[in-house]
Amino acid sequence: MNDVILSRIAEALTWTGRYVERADATGRILDAYLHRLLEDPWRDEDAACRSLYAILGVDAPDQHCDMRQVLDRLAFDADSTGSIEGALGAARLNARSAREAVSSEMWECLNSTWHALADQRTAARRTGGPYAYLELVRRRAALFFGLADSTMSRDDSWRFVVLGRSLERVDMTVRLLSVRVLDAAHAPDWPTLLSASGADEAYARVHGGFGDSPKVAEFLLLDRDFPRSALHALTTAEECLAALGRPRQDPARRPIGALRTHLEYLDSASLEAGLPTLLRDLQRACMASAEAVAEKFFPYQGPVEWAQEGA
Amino acid sequence: MADIFDAYALADAWDEMFERPGEVRAAYEPVLAALQPIEPAELRFRADQMARAFTDRGVTYAFAGEERPWPLDLVPRILDALEWDLIQRGVAQRVRALEAYLADAYGPCRAFEDGVVPWRLLLNSPHFHRSAHGVEPPGGVRIHVAGIDLVRDEAGAFRVLEDNVRVPSGVSYVIENRRAMTRVFPSLFAEQHVLPVDGYAQKLLAALRAAAPGGIGDPRVVVLTPGPNNAAYFEHALLARLMGVQLVEGHDLVCRGNRVWMRTTRGEMPVHVVYRRLDDDFLDPLHFRPDSVIGCPGVMGAAMAGNVTLANAVGNGIADDKLLYTYVPDLIRYYLGEEPVLPNVESFRPDEPGQLEAVLDQIDQLVVKPVDGAGGQGIVIGPKADRETLERTRAAVLADPRGWIAQRPVALSTSPTLAGERMAPRHIDLRPFAVNDGSEVWVLPGGLTRVALQEGNLIVNSSQGGGSKDTWVLAEGPAEQRHEEESGPLEKAPRQLGPDGTRTVVQEGAQQQ
Repeated sequence: MNDVILSRIAEALTWTGRYVERADATGRILDAYLHRLLEDPWRDEDAACRSLYAILGVDAPDQHCDMRQVLDRLAFDADSTGSIEGALGAARLNARSAREAVSSEMWECLNSTWHALADQRTAARRTGGPYAYLELVRRRAALFFGLADSTMSRDDSWRFVVLGRSLERVDMTVRLLSVRVLDAAHAPDWPTLLSASGADEAYARVHGGFGDSPKVAEFLLLDRDFPRSALHALTTAEECLAALGRPRQDPARRPIGALRTHLEYLDSASLEAGLPTLLRDLQRACMASAEAVAEKFFPYQGPVEWAQEGA
Repeated sequence: MADIFDAYALADAWDEMFERPGEVRAAYEPVLAALQPIEPAELRFRADQMARAFTDRGVTYAFAGEERPWPLDLVPRILDALEWDLIQRGVAQRVRALEAYLADAYGPCRAFEDGVVPWRLLLNSPHFHRSAHGVEPPGGVRIHVAGIDLVRDEAGAFRVLEDNVRVPSGVSYVIENRRAMTRVFPSLFAEQHVLPVDGYAQKLLAALRAAAPGGIGDPRVVVLTPGPNNAAYFEHALLARLMGVQLVEGHDLVCRGNRVWMRTTRGEMPVHVVYRRLDDDFLDPLHFRPDSVIGCPGVMGAAMAGNVTLANAVGNGIADDKLLYTYVPDLIRYYLGEEPVLPNVESFRPDEPGQLEAVLDQIDQLVVKPVDGAGGQGIVIGPKADRETLERTRAAVLADPRGWIAQRPVALSTSPTLAGERMAPRHIDLRPFAVNDGSEVWVLPGGLTRVALQEGNLIVNSSQGGGSKDTWVLAEGPAEQRHEEESGPLEKAPRQLGPDGTRTVVQEGAQQQ
């Protein structure tokens, strides 16, 4: 009889899913930027790095920004959950605190990834290129979710992992698109964004052409079949929430459900016109939903500290 | 301090990097500065990383029966904007002239009537296909893709070595080389603005779609491959993947009523453009070799009826015959009224009276090539051949003068190449790729630089143990800024960072020791 799950565990599982997805997506965005800066003859590194910081919600430093510094902040910083290393470290600690709910294979995947990062980080700093580092992150993230898929029963524990991953995925897809929509001059071009999402081949197959237009935004937001699209991830998140709780009047489901239906019936013309607003709405909806999830499922407040009277 | 370039001794040829010993050419300064301080062990490490990346991605080739990673040297080959301008114009001009020749040869035959090219060149070419006569390709394009092999001679001038307008291959390596270099050696790109190469598939697809038979709104393009056992299968798959089109084998297609269809789970779908990566001979057993099992019976009939476009067109072999090569400068003057931008290598035509004797007399000082050899096969380099080979070649040329041409041996330019622990000069060539969409001949910036890895060797084909180099075309400067409006600095987006997983309260001693 083990069909209930501790709030604390649920929270750890959700964040584990989010962090692994975040590390993966951050790595992909960094890869796209690095690739573009190297291949684009007309680059402005400082401006590109600043828009990258802004999109990922990080304060830009006052002095000159370059990619080396961006990597230090967004990839190698173990103290911030907004960087790859910090996110994977936090995923590992969260998974450890929910050790009986995640399968051993998943835990080992996170743990060995965490230990493997140091070597790759040193190599990346030495050769000036984080290619192998980012590749490791991408592969281990895929391995982690593959293991979740094949070693976890489809119970609530699994749903929290997938919920976390889906919410983070919408959030990061929106950020990836934001760089191009809000600051086109310094962003990677559409084809690079597509390949950053691993969507270049899927896109080419559907549209029989190339990502040189806002059609890419449409694909990454509205495609029903591609798992990294916002619509697909929102649908998955909603399915998890539906299975987790009350089907109606769910404050966690409402914001993403409303947006999902909006996306389902959106046509290309109005998408293009309202893209910046839509991206902002998507981001807000995910945050609102995540907060509602926390309020509803994770009332646990952490250990209470007792103080001795008169001490 | 000793470095990897210390013992670099210039060979008896034009060196791409050094003007004189120790004096580097301007375009190479940043690369040399980046490479010079690197320890040999570090270079080895990167070379290994590169090899592993190629093996993992399946970018391999078969050598002596074993699967080897694609050999890419760490030192790029650099072309400055001026050099590239010349190459690009020369290659485009050559493709336009060959297009005109093909249209003429499979049409009115003016050049033969006017005596520019002798009739026998056309009529006894094994690649002349009567079935191609009168096929009027959409947009007048027969050479959708061309690879023009160039070399740089002792004086530093680029010359055309041969034309490939049938099924030129190698462009996938251009794309993969750049990918590998930016990932394994990003620091090399730091100082210079190199033109990107990833627009190729897009240009190719646009050209193929433009080549569709008239009246078709949304033409379906496929890549036709001989199958996974073909040496260039990787390239076929890469191009199909990048273009988002189906990669088909001959038996996936079916022809009925002079139309081509492909078999899918949703029934038979019409096909309008076939980018075929197999030779004419194997394309259609009904028209060409009846024993071909990799072709598609009936596809030639559909092409003749104008219902499907084959790219490149059937019968192009008459234009990259090495004997025709010797006439191309004349063809440029005749059809285009222009002087050739890129000269040929001085050549003899043994099938002309007087020239046969001249060739036989000095065969030990010439390079002798069969007119339709590919991959460096059958080439005899006179000054390096032994007496027995020379005698055999002399007899072969005498028996079939039409089957051979002879050229002055050109000392191909050299480029520093990692050999063991040091840099050493190795001979290189260049194959730029051109795509013709009917209105413009576009040349992919750079192309495939092949390098002969053995010292002194002049044959660069990978089937002969050759390697490759990433080929850079430097941008002309900031003049061509991207035209996109600047926006102000972005606002910082909100973010939920989440708990980092560490416990807020740490209590020691809760457990029994």
